[in-house]
Order: sequence, then structure tokens, then C-alpha cells
Amino acid sequence: MRKWQCVVCGWIYDEAEGAPEEGVAPGTAWDDVPEDFICPDCGVGKEDFEMVEI
Amino acid sequence: MTQSNDPIIIIGTGLAGYNLAKELRKLDKETPITMITADDGRNYSKPMLSTGFGKNKTADELAMSSAADMAAQLNLTIRTHTHVTALRPDAHEIDLGPETLSYSKLVLAWGAEAIRVPVEGDAQDIVHSVNDLTDYGHFRIAAEGHKRALIMGAGLIGCEFANDMSNGGYDVTVVAPCERIFPTLLPPEAAAAVQVGLESLGVKFHLGPYVSKLERQGDSAVATLSDGTVVETDVVVSAIGLRPRVEMAAAAGLAVNRGIVTNRLLETSAADVYALGDCAEVEGHVLLYVLPLMASARALAKTLTGNPEMVSYGVMPVTVKTPVTPVVVAPPAVGAEGEWTVDGEGLDIQAEFRNKANELLGYALTGAKVVNKVALNKELPAILG
Repeated sequence: MRKWQCVVCGWIYDEAEGAPEEGVAPGTAWDDVPEDFICPDCGVGKEDFEMVEI
Repeated sequence: MTQSNDPIIIIGTGLAGYNLAKELRKLDKETPITMITADDGRNYSKPMLSTGFGKNKTADELAMSSAADMAAQLNLTIRTHTHVTALRPDAHEIDLGPETLSYSKLVLAWGAEAIRVPVEGDAQDIVHSVNDLTDYGHFRIAAEGHKRALIMGAGLIGCEFANDMSNGGYDVTVVAPCERIFPTLLPPEAAAAVQVGLESLGVKFHLGPYVSKLERQGDSAVATLSDGTVVETDVVVSAIGLRPRVEMAAAAGLAVNRGIVTNRLLETSAADVYALGDCAEVEGHVLLYVLPLMASARALAKTLTGNPEMVSYGVMPVTVKTPVTPVVVAPPAVGAEGEWTVDGEGLDIQAEFRNKANELLGYALTGAKVVNKVALNKELPAILG
């Protein structure tokens, strides 16, 4: 499981936890997060996230 | 597309400037763009300045790329350590001291500045405002090896720093001349939940008095509060508030109010001059947060490339980075009529602001209640629909 961080605001997507509030189930790999996913804190798209740890 | 060969000039390389440049380059790879910054132009995420102590990150570690890297990546020119001295919108020119640059379009993205209040005493040099990466770097060095921090101000930045510096091992005291923390952003019950959380980390609060004097005492300092209380400290953070930078725009004859006045195309009162981010007042809204800034950058990129798009602000909840008591707040519009109803207890508060017709106009959620934001967001009206 990996973590991805929004480079704009610092919000973190943890694959283990998913983002249930945004409709992404726990355990969802970043690659499988919908392409139209936007950062819940600042509204940027998936391309503005970077992997932060493995 | 612009009509002339003069570049689009963007003043400022913060989140507003760089995100506009990124959005512009998604739409137009060629039009020359020049960015101008008074600092070193490093690209960083401003919200992360509020989590740097807890994560033990230096300024260099928070910087994601240099100005040179950004210029190469975005195919544009960046002038660092460069001060704009005047705008001359009638001539489509700006002055950099003795030098003059012409622009096709000008974007003011120079942000807001920290409000400072004078404090008596001989220890002024330990007072820091942290409003950009350079400030953060200086403050980190000043705080290095010390244990105690006094924070002036109990709003969003003051409370974020209180949480973060506690996480970083500091003994934190917050002093603010207000009855409660978050005096304008949160209803009392939600503010109390955050205060209880911060107190559980050891943060001490002096609410009501202000710091009236700051004097050296050996390697540290003594703050005397207006109620006579004495607090020893090593460093002081001034987090009283932010004010959009408007002076140079006003001097050039642009309409200014709290911020630089724009319409929903982000056009100022001068032709081909736009304002974006913390310095802008968009149809009366001064919102110093990331979400409206990003929405504005995307719309302005389209406008500047020939497809005018009005800025839409949907629902704009603000996440406060106080992890001990998470907070999400969608403040009701200034002057909105209605009442708060509060549910929950301890750290978990749900406050809803509704009008007489029972329509939701704002909310504040703390602790475990923050998960309810998605449902409430669906109920809220857009800020600028």
C-alpha cells in the first residue's frame, strides 16, 4: 500500500484507507482511483499528486 | 491568444502564480510568459508551512523545485529577487526600478501580507511572521535548539502553528485579545473543541490580553501581557491576520477595496490587468484559501487564452490543519441571516447554520464529525454559482 500527497495543499491519499468520504473504498490502489478524482481540500486533479512513501 | 509579442507577465510565484502558469501551459505551450518574484521563486506548498515542525522539515526540504527548474518545466522566464516598483496600465508597462517591461496581459498574484502590530521592548528580533517559505526558513533557524514558543493570534494560522509546534516538541503559549479562539471562523462550541484538543497537547492559552512588551532576558525573552501576566519564551510567532496587498495597484489607479477589485473574469478596473489569489477581491469575496485560488487559476488560464470563463466558486469548505481536533468549516456568507444549531460533545461537534426556511448556509465540523462534510456540502449553496 502506498501513499500519495497533493503537491498543492498536502492532503494525503493513503491506499489502505482509501477516501470513503469521496466514494473511494479502502484498499483502492492509486491507479484505480477514478481519473476525475479531485483533491477534497483544494480541488486539483490526479496529476498533481506525488507518491510520498512506499 | 494575445495580439502582440509582449509576454503575459505574472507578478508573484506563490501558489497563485505557479498554478496559473501550469494551467496556462496546459492550454498554450508557446505564448511567452514572464514571472517576477521578490524572493527566490522556489515552488512549495504553502499549507505545508503549517505542518513543518511536526514533520521536522526544513525550508529546503519543503521546497519542491527551484525557480530555474520551474522555468524549464513551464517554458517561461522567471526573474527572481526582483521588485516591481510601479504599474503603468495605460502604457501596458511595469517598472522594475530603472528597467521597464511591456506586457500584453498582466496578472497580479502577489498575495497578502502578514499584519504586524507594534510591541514595546528590546526583543523585537524574536518576533516572526510566517507567510512564505523564506519566512519559514528564517523562523526554523531562529527556533532551532529552543523549547518555548509564544504565538500571538488565535485564528487559523495561530492555531495551526500551536498544534504543529507542539507536535514538534515545543512548549507553546497562545496569546490573543479575543474571548475565544477562532473568533470569526468558528461558532463557540466548535472553537472550544479545538481549544480542548490543543490543551491536551499542553498548549496554554491567555485569551483576552495582548502582548504589550517583549524584553530580552539572557538567551530568551519575557513577554508582559496587558493583564500583567508574564510569559517566558524563546521565539514569538505573530499570526494576527493577513491583508491583501493592494498599495501598488491603488497607486496605479486600480480600484481597490479590501483586495484588488475584480469581476468574475478576474479583470481589474484597468484593461488587460487581472488579479488572482490572496490579493484579489472577486465580486466582493476575499477568500484567502487554496480552493478558491485553484478555481480562479483554472478559469483565468482559459480567459487569458481567448476563451473567457467566469470564476465559479462552488462550495468552499476550509480544512484547518489542527490534527489533534480536525476541523472543516464552510463559513456562512458575511451578513447571512440565520442561526447556529449545535450537536455533539467533547471534541466531536457538528454546528449547522440555517435560515428560517431551514436552508443550510454554513457549517462547522470538528473531530469525528468531519466525515459529515460530504453530505452537508451537497446541501450548501454555491458561493459564486
